[in-house]
Amino acid sequence: MEGRVELTGHWGALMKTYSFRLYINGQSVRAARAIESMRALCHGPLNDLAEIDVIDVREHPGLAEEDHVLATPTLIKLSPPPVRRIIGDLSNSRDVLAGLDLDAE
Amino acid sequence: MTLSHTDCSIAKLATGIHSFDHIAMGGLPRGRATLVSGTPGSAKTVFAVQFLVEGIRQSGEGGVFVTFEERPEDIRANMRGFGWDIAEYESAGMFAFVDAAPQPGAEVFTGEEYDLATLLARIRHAIEKVDAARVSIDAIGGLFTQFHNSENVRREFLNVARSLRDLNVTTCLTAERETDYGAVSFWGVEEFAADNVVILRNTRAGSSRRRTVEILKMRGANDQKGEFPFTLRPGEGFVAVPLSALRLSQASSEARVSSGIEALDALCGGGFFRDGVVLVSGATGAGKTLLSNHFLAEGAQNGETALLLSFEESEEQLFRNAASLGIDLRGLSATGRLRVESAYPETATLEDHLINIQQAIEEIRPQRVAVDSLSALERAVSPEIFSEFIIALTAFLKERGVAGVYTSASPELMGGASVTEMQISSLTDMIICLRYVEVYGELRRGLLVLKMRGSNHDRQIREFRISGDGFHIGEPFHHVTNILSGEFSHIRPDAIRDVDVIRRERDETRQRER
Repeated sequence: MEGRVELTGHWGALMKTYSFRLYINGQSVRAARAIESMRALCHGPLNDLAEIDVIDVREHPGLAEEDHVLATPTLIKLSPPPVRRIIGDLSNSRDVLAGLDLDAE
Repeated sequence: MTLSHTDCSIAKLATGIHSFDHIAMGGLPRGRATLVSGTPGSAKTVFAVQFLVEGIRQSGEGGVFVTFEERPEDIRANMRGFGWDIAEYESAGMFAFVDAAPQPGAEVFTGEEYDLATLLARIRHAIEKVDAARVSIDAIGGLFTQFHNSENVRREFLNVARSLRDLNVTTCLTAERETDYGAVSFWGVEEFAADNVVILRNTRAGSSRRRTVEILKMRGANDQKGEFPFTLRPGEGFVAVPLSALRLSQASSEARVSSGIEALDALCGGGFFRDGVVLVSGATGAGKTLLSNHFLAEGAQNGETALLLSFEESEEQLFRNAASLGIDLRGLSATGRLRVESAYPETATLEDHLINIQQAIEEIRPQRVAVDSLSALERAVSPEIFSEFIIALTAFLKERGVAGVYTSASPELMGGASVTEMQISSLTDMIICLRYVEVYGELRRGLLVLKMRGSNHDRQIREFRISGDGFHIGEPFHHVTNILSGEFSHIRPDAIRDVDVIRRERDETRQRER
């Protein structure tokens, strides 16, 4: 479950528009649900133009420290700026897009 | 309620903050969390940091600091004044921050359905990194303000707190409270450390602030009850003043030392007590400082070490005034036999003064100490605090077998006793009153040994003079009455004989009764 989930379409890496980091907690139901939500978001509203790093905090607490993450799941939008974070449930894609400041697109 | 065996077997971890360990009867319960609660500015963060620093410095135990409020760079900077170089401990692999403070500029959208597994993973990671035995979490309120659903975050944090117990670390968890005497904490987080609660207070007392620490409860229950004043000192941090631990229970010896004034020794039945404290009371200019200087010089000239704690005059002023009355304090100071510590009362809190005095005594190890004057110290504090100060100081002197003289200024020129004297008279072994006496339009000086612990002494008010070579005690004022009250009256000369007869008869009766 952990690792890089390539959700780019036919355009290749150069065309990727969105970059995310998703912190999850191990093999939990919540983690699975968060990944599923993000998959749906990327295939849907984001047109497969997204790259997501999925990080298990149990395996990489140092990364969580660097990113100052406290809770899981935490989604960080790295690009396009500004950097935004969402903590908690990601299943409502409209709320997620609004929280990420992406709703205008 | 009786203590179960498990309660009694709770092991304590000495924090290394010695005065706190003394109050907490050994330290914090090992492997548990202790809640340290206080209002803003009550020194929670200082305590939480020092808990880790002393572990590093004294026991070589690593420490993890989880900050929910202040940023690590601010904490590093703020603690430098206490002599704690956190950055150095970090590079030595002994100290690690878990920076859980709100990130400036980072907008966070928080929904439902989250856990704090990340926080726990980070703490665990930090503990492993520095092999920590101690964890400080400061302050829990900062976590709550970062999340909207406080019920959820409370539940989640409880999980974190539980998990810490399995990590074999001793935890200091700080929490805010709204008032100094109210609910234990603002966030109702007592449940995280229900067994062990320490309260820090920073209350207004008179025109100054007063810090106290109280062990509200602690597993094992072997703690001292009540509020203890503490202070924050550069280079030391948290220093508590364990007042009730100091009791006036030291065995009193009957050994005497000379006051430096032969006639006064005679009035006292052979001098001051070797381990006793004398209170010298009098109006301004009555000769209190001179008497205390005689006392110190006597010791310093005879191979003892004397310490003068001056709260009214600078060293230079003292030397000059003493010289004009025939006492060479400057010369004695040059030999090292006399030490003068001069401070303005307003420069520190009374707790700080007490600790300064104790440290000076520990360092100099004098046989004689004079405090000139107590009244100067009394100015800015409440009677309770002042009285605690006197008890602590007196107990400290007695414990070390130091002969002490306190001077105290009475507010009125004639007669009267100050509040100071009423409070402390029961603590001192002896009281000497210096009073102005008006005799037919002329102002003269009177001296009375008002009280002396378990010893016979002269009970007459005697005239004394101050001249270029010091203090001279003369005859009793037979022809003046009510000197102590300040409302004198003069007696017909032919009545004086009668008074003498009455006095002689009374003394004889006393002799028989003994």
